[in-house]
Amino acid sequence: MSTVKSTVKFTADHEWVQITGNLARVGITQYAQEQLGDVVFVELPAVGATFAQGKEAAVVESVKAASDIYAPLSGTVAAVNDGLPDNPSLVNTDPQGDGWFFEITLSNPSELDGLMDETAYQAHTGA
Amino acid sequence: MTAQDRSQGRHSRDAVVELASVETTSGHRGLILEEPLIFELGQPGRLGVDLPDAPKAPNRLGALARRGGVGLPDLAEPQVVRHFTRLSQKNYGIDSGFFPLGSCTMKHNPRLNERMARLPGFADIHPLQPISTVQGALELIDTLAHWLKTLTGMPAVAMSPAAGAHGEFCGMVAIKAALAARGESHRTRVLVPESAHGTNPATAASIGFSVDPIPATAEGRVDLAAFKAKLGPDVAAIMLTNPNTCGLFERDIREIADAIHGAGGYFYCDGANFNAIVGRVRPADLGVDCMHINLHKTFSTPHGGGGPGSGPVVLSDALAAYAPLPWIVNRNGSFAVLEAAEAEAAHSFGRLKAFHGQMGMFVRALSYMLSHGADGLWQVASDAVLNANYILASLKEAFSAPFDGPCMHEVLFDDSFLKDTGVSTLDFAKALIDEGYHPMTMYFPLVVHGAMLIEPTETEDKATLDKFITVMRALAEKAKAGDAEAFHTAPRLTPRRRLDETLAARKPVLRWSPPKLAQAAE
Repeated sequence: MSTVKSTVKFTADHEWVQITGNLARVGITQYAQEQLGDVVFVELPAVGATFAQGKEAAVVESVKAASDIYAPLSGTVAAVNDGLPDNPSLVNTDPQGDGWFFEITLSNPSELDGLMDETAYQAHTGA
Repeated sequence: MTAQDRSQGRHSRDAVVELASVETTSGHRGLILEEPLIFELGQPGRLGVDLPDAPKAPNRLGALARRGGVGLPDLAEPQVVRHFTRLSQKNYGIDSGFFPLGSCTMKHNPRLNERMARLPGFADIHPLQPISTVQGALELIDTLAHWLKTLTGMPAVAMSPAAGAHGEFCGMVAIKAALAARGESHRTRVLVPESAHGTNPATAASIGFSVDPIPATAEGRVDLAAFKAKLGPDVAAIMLTNPNTCGLFERDIREIADAIHGAGGYFYCDGANFNAIVGRVRPADLGVDCMHINLHKTFSTPHGGGGPGSGPVVLSDALAAYAPLPWIVNRNGSFAVLEAAEAEAAHSFGRLKAFHGQMGMFVRALSYMLSHGADGLWQVASDAVLNANYILASLKEAFSAPFDGPCMHEVLFDDSFLKDTGVSTLDFAKALIDEGYHPMTMYFPLVVHGAMLIEPTETEDKATLDKFITVMRALAEKAKAGDAEAFHTAPRLTPRRRLDETLAARKPVLRWSPPKLAQAAE
């Protein structure tokens, strides 16, 4: 057995990206869910859909606002969090765990260099 | 006489406030009755009228015949009358009191308008009756069109759009048709400032344009440099709201118009906030190519629960040829209706609505215009802006205004004055309900945090505004004094207290089912 190391990066649009090999799991940050308030609706992309970096890939709607979730990196959707649309409160209770949105197989891993690490993201949110 | 003498044995105010937390045996509170659904009121066999038995007739429906009852409740007439009267009493509207819902222009609906709309020649006609019998109604539409063109300085107007967003759709389809006629259908990007109405990006996207947001400046206006940087050969249009949803006039609007035209795009202006400038600014002079006008805002026709919207769209020469069907044309004093893309309307993009538009609203809007006159409409805009600035000036110490300087017709606050109080914008709005006010618009626009958007309109007098200001200041003081619990449990004086809005959105119950069917479904 080999251990695959994963790293977590962040975007300026308050998404987190957990990278394991060539696969990126995407969700929204604790800060983002606090700003949104109670999430009531989630729309996920289709598995197999291809997105360029920065394109709208999913939708999240709270009691306060509706927002797009952008593809943080270019690639093809490899998996989605099937249970999330039926239980959108997971985005509030566990945004960086069970409340993940989708996984992308990266087509351009060099885009990773443009994302923030945790320290830079904390500075970005003014925390 | 002393105060006690005047009480004549009535309880003091303190006792009344205590009652708010008392549960009653009936579930009613005062004369506010606990209202069941009309289905729950029904009892089998009750009748409102005495109908004769249906005559025996052969069944020609075969397998299509209904096998069970239709599930309508059996009710007597007094039950029906009381039920709907009580529901109407629960409704809060502009006829009940101050309605400061920002961005909605909840102004008084003059009764003269209602009287005019009920004239049989306008009320009792049908769009399919012979044109020769509705010449007066067509002349009214044409006259309203004339004044809309005069007030905006624009050469053409499409009357059929049924509301603001429908008007946006109309304008953007006209732009799409104009681009196609120029052979430039590759222009698919629409620039939408963050300070625009939320329907603008939705409209652009629904027609197949891609939406490119333009950031706002620290002043709450379009970032001109960012806008210019986004111009390019694929830009179809800009959709801009002026005054914008921060209640601010876009000062650079002429430069924005010139730049979008220079780049080969069109200028859509959202006219929802026309009430702030009607009679004082002509959108044509700002370089606008098309703009919808909410008759149900600026021109006082009822909306919300009170009636349908109506959103005529004024068009520049560049777009006029593509206006939707039908076209009402004046042929030597007699009015004709062009129903197909022919003659003058040969380039029309087609039909948006079955008929001519919201006739009842046309009558009301023209009645409003003619009864005010040019000087009266000028005064409308002036008073609407004055009222908003009176609120801004009176509350800016206790609240937090995100942008410096005066506003137009509506006042925007953010929630920084509530920082560390534990009270949110939502809590604040709920507390206003207990004070007898319909809450302001909240959490919109998105460009500021925890937005509160207040639009008093010209309808309200100083006494109403002063009372509202007193209440708002008192609530702000209460929040800052640390009484967060009172806000979290508000409203407390309503038949229902704080509702679980999250549960309502996550698991909405949108229709009643008879108990038996509900069991069968489980």
